[in-house]
Amino acid sequence: MTTILNVEQIETYIGQYHILQGVSFEVPKGEVTVLLGRNGAGKTTTLRSIMGLNPPSKGKIVFQNKEIQGMPTYKIAGLGIGYVPEDQGIFGELTVEENIRVAMKDNSDATMERITKVLELFPDLKKFWKKEGGHLSGGQKQMLSIARAYINENDLLLIDEPSKGLAPIVVERVMESLQDLKKSTTIVLVEQNFHMASSIGDRFYIIDDGKTVYSGEMHELNENQDLKKKYLGIA
Amino acid sequence: MELVINLIINGLATGMLIFLLAAGLTLIFGLMSVLNFSHGGFFAWGAYMGIWLFTTTGNYLLAILGAMAVGLLLGAFTERVIIKPVYGNHIRQILITLGLMLVLQEMLKVVWGPNQLPARAPEFLSGSWVIGDIVIIKYRAFIILVGFLVFFLVHFMLKKTKIGLVVRAGVMNKEMVQALGININRVFMFVFMLGSAMAALSGVLLAPYSGVIYAEMGLEFAILAFIVVVIGGMGSFPGSLFAAILVGLSGAFMTYYVPDLSLAVNMLLMVIVLSIRPEGLFKVKG
Repeated sequence: MTTILNVEQIETYIGQYHILQGVSFEVPKGEVTVLLGRNGAGKTTTLRSIMGLNPPSKGKIVFQNKEIQGMPTYKIAGLGIGYVPEDQGIFGELTVEENIRVAMKDNSDATMERITKVLELFPDLKKFWKKEGGHLSGGQKQMLSIARAYINENDLLLIDEPSKGLAPIVVERVMESLQDLKKSTTIVLVEQNFHMASSIGDRFYIIDDGKTVYSGEMHELNENQDLKKKYLGIA
Repeated sequence: MELVINLIINGLATGMLIFLLAAGLTLIFGLMSVLNFSHGGFFAWGAYMGIWLFTTTGNYLLAILGAMAVGLLLGAFTERVIIKPVYGNHIRQILITLGLMLVLQEMLKVVWGPNQLPARAPEFLSGSWVIGDIVIIKYRAFIILVGFLVFFLVHFMLKKTKIGLVVRAGVMNKEMVQALGININRVFMFVFMLGSAMAALSGVLLAPYSGVIYAEMGLEFAILAFIVVVIGGMGSFPGSLFAAILVGLSGAFMTYYVPDLSLAVNMLLMVIVLSIRPEGLFKVKG
């Protein structure tokens, strides 16, 4: 099993607040690693630290044998890490097409093939190709955000709470699309929706108060009611 | 009727000059969150350099290109050396760019002396066309033409090219642009240089319009440009055109019909717009 991303004891401050106080985890290639934890535990900050948006002050982040902590965000993304933020990061005044175009690193055949594939995966995007991103529904925005991260040949996708604020039926569709993406890409998923996390994830890490406190295979968590209750508030 | 048409032409010409100054300012603020008070300095330097080149060579096209080149260079220097260290800190930005504005202003006096300099339009743009009872001053028509031309060129760039797409995306969410693998610092510099060149173009166009140039002209016009940026909506390029025309026209009409209110009209416009739409007429959606 090859490790594609290794996060070692990172500590991150936002302003004066010490948000991450020792987060560590490994992401095996080809798997979905889920970061779980209560609201405010530090899951989003962990993804933002990996992307260099909130750079860690201590610790190491190694992506494909290269230390990336301290690198500017655009260089980290250029190494092959796609990012789907919690707020989706859609450019509201750009059309769906323009949101996709701005993300394209090149016009190669491979990129065009991936766009075709992603439009098959998310037919709504094709339907609303000329519609402004700001006028899409929550679910469509989420699909566009995932599509944008997927169209370049990224080796790793960081996806932050894709089910947040979506209706259950839309969550199911997003889940199906992630199941499909999982076949070709390694994913780090931050998710509060335990149903989604457990059905997509291969392994999990629980973050609590800015530290990783527990990890294991996803099926272990499914069977461990005490752990779920203690850290996730799920009975 | 002819009076109204003449007032419209005057208002449009003034509006276009303010638009050229405000467009750069709004893009710089929208994309980089930089309050650039030195923008008027680029405008004044454009005017002086252009008029000097025109007086020296007699070539008006060279004067315009030279003024824009000065704008580009000043913009590049200011972004890299002055602005870069103070990104994200508005108080420092205001202080340092105001300081730069004063330095640029005083440098004009050092190079070209403290007195006003005369500025005239080139021969082929002097005089006027008379259509019936309507007198159209050629130079004003020229300013309006250049203003619209620049608007369409920049609009085309913003809408149809990849760099334009990145600039528009950056105005909405610069963090996400970086997360897509784009070096936003290069985009910042490009926009800053573009904005500065447009300010310098505005300066060189204004000079023959007003007939004289003076070192303090930058600060005076920059205030109008800031009003336009606020009315049009911070970061909105079409908003700056609309607001500049609005300010130009209202200025022209008020000066003629209610001269006592002519100075206050811009502030009044700003107050009215802000009370109805605090985000300006054209809000940029993130």
